Amino acid sequence: MKILVGIKRVIDFSVRVQVKKDGSGVNTDGVKLSINPFDEIALEEALRIREKGMQAEVVAVSIGPAEVQQQLRTALAMGVDRAVLVETGEVLQPLMVARIFHELTKRENADLVILGKQAIDDDCNQTGQMLAALWDRPQATFASKVELKDKTLTVTREVDAGLETISVDLPAVVTTDLRLNTPRFVKMPDIMKARSKPLQTLKLDDLGVAKAPELEITNYAPPPQRVGGKKVADVPALISALKERGVL
Amino acid sequence: MNKILVVAEHDGKTLNASTARAVNCALAIGGEIDVAVFAVNASAVSTAAGKLKGVKRVLKVERAENAHQLAAVLAPQIAKLAKDYTHVLAPSTTFGKDLLPRAAALLGVQQVSDVMNVIDATTFERPMYAGNAIVTVKAPAAPCILATVRTASWQECGTGGTAEIVSVTTDAAVPAHTRFVGLKAEKSDRPDLQSAPRVVSGGRGVGSKENFAVIYKLADKLHAAVGASRAAVDAGFVSNDLQVGQTGKIIAPELYVAVGISGAIQHLTGIKDARTIVAINKDPDAPIFQVADIGLVGDLFQILPELEKELDEL
Ligand SMILES: Cc1cc2nc3c(=O)[nH]c(=O)nc-3n(C[C@H](O)[C@H](O)[C@H](O)COP(=O)(O)OP(=O)(O)OC[C@H]3O[C@@H](n4cnc5c(N)ncnc54)[C@H](O)[C@@H]3O)c2cc1C
Ligand SMILES: Nc1ncnc2c1ncn2[C@@H]1O[C@H](COP(=O)(O)O)[C@@H](O)[C@H]1O
Repeated sequence: MKILVGIKRVIDFSVRVQVKKDGSGVNTDGVKLSINPFDEIALEEALRIREKGMQAEVVAVSIGPAEVQQQLRTALAMGVDRAVLVETGEVLQPLMVARIFHELTKRENADLVILGKQAIDDDCNQTGQMLAALWDRPQATFASKVELKDKTLTVTREVDAGLETISVDLPAVVTTDLRLNTPRFVKMPDIMKARSKPLQTLKLDDLGVAKAPELEITNYAPPPQRVGGKKVADVPALISALKERGVL
Repeated sequence: MNKILVVAEHDGKTLNASTARAVNCALAIGGEIDVAVFAVNASAVSTAAGKLKGVKRVLKVERAENAHQLAAVLAPQIAKLAKDYTHVLAPSTTFGKDLLPRAAALLGVQQVSDVMNVIDATTFERPMYAGNAIVTVKAPAAPCILATVRTASWQECGTGGTAEIVSVTTDAAVPAHTRFVGLKAEKSDRPDLQSAPRVVSGGRGVGSKENFAVIYKLADKLHAAVGASRAAVDAGFVSNDLQVGQTGKIIAPELYVAVGISGAIQHLTGIKDARTIVAINKDPDAPIFQVADIGLVGDLFQILPELEKELDEL
């Protein structure tokens, strides 16, 4: 069994992102970059499937500039068997990313692809669903529990109404929600060991994936600011303030 | 002229209010608006959809496989119907988020996620970076624009419509590789979190599942829905469907009361559009106070009982 895991490098979740004054993008100078938190969960889940005794090879895939090797090294240290970097300087949108993953599922003969439900930079929440469509395979999105038996996955999904359970045949795409698991910490010796694990680089242009249509982003603006900060002394003052605002 | 198809969200019996919000977005784009109801028996839901303001036709797409609104089953049908439309919209709920990208990929188009505002028929505003940036995106008009609608940005469109209700069939082949097993819905008589005008949320500061009773009590007094931070859900105080924030529900109530919630960026994303935010927290430096219209510093276990008493006396 082969499991592909998507690793996107994003601005760390703890950074308060600032829009550039000229509206051309967001500030990335000196900003901490990390593995998308949902992708860490995807990694952890793949490793747990392997550790449960399933004969599985886990391959981490990242599409981005050469620097994302750093995040792939972290994935290797966490325990994936090998890593693939699809190198490109461009920022790709979900349909293009899905096409690249589709090409890799064919090359790698994958049985399972685990992606994050959403990248916390573009907040698109699309790639897994798109890959499943192109691959003509099932999607189990927003997973909070995954059970694999024979060639069937039973997945609990976090939906607005509560928890939905579906059963899907492999090959399939799973996207992770936050409560699926808690990713392990990387230990020093593992970082050393990871240095000798294979990290393969493919140039995007060599993959032969047709360019997808794109949305054009014409402007970035900061969100409207909320002017808060007013405090009241006690409960009666809170009640008066609520009345003043016409909400009571 | 634009022809817009809105995919209805429903549970087989009732139309979800998010549909009326998506129709409102369609009205802002302008053009002829149809609503598609995928179901085994779409009658009741179609009648409700037909009353939405501005809807021209309701398409009943009935077949046995449509029982559980599975994305893998609905997407190929949407891809077929899309041929007649300039736009296909769905609410940006877990239903729409699961479904629409799958249809978009079948059509070979990018999807616009979480439309907050319509500039013109092909240009929209949407949030990125947990709402810390609002971007303007322009989508190629051909062959079709697919977009999910950020429900907190749109009011319900209202009723009074008299749409024609028609049955349509598509020759879309649907897969059998995905099967619905069950839904564990949290039953509650309380107002619905996503549409309630008032919401009381509890965070880690509430301390335990048992303690959450104080949140429910205040919510009942205010006829409010109950919400929670991720920390409260992760700690098992409440179920996942109550989570508010970047990865939970994005809401826009008249009144939001945050109790024992610190105000992390990911939580604030979910409440930015609330009319009035009240924060109750014992830490005067909690970031929630920076966005709260009314802040009260103190121990929630003292403040809430007092607040309930005062509300009783109103
Ligand atoms: C990718 C990602 C997505 C996320 N998505 C979400 C999301 O959708 N929603 C979300 O909420 N979070 C989300 N988070 C988590 C978020 O970063 C915070 O960890 C979380 O919101 C903290 O919850 P909290 O405020 O309840 O807990 P804490 O930050 O621990 O705050 C508890 C607060 O309670 C106060 N308190 C304690 N005791 C009392 C008392 N007796 N009386 C009064 N006040 C008291 C404390 O002063 C403190 O401010 C996400 C995180 C990541 C990485
Ligand atoms: N450039 C990328 N490299 C690797 N994985 C990606 C990339 N972009 C998106 N993904 C995967 O797709 C998921 C959803 O992304 P999105 O649809 O952009 O919200 C992410 O959590 C990743 O698992």
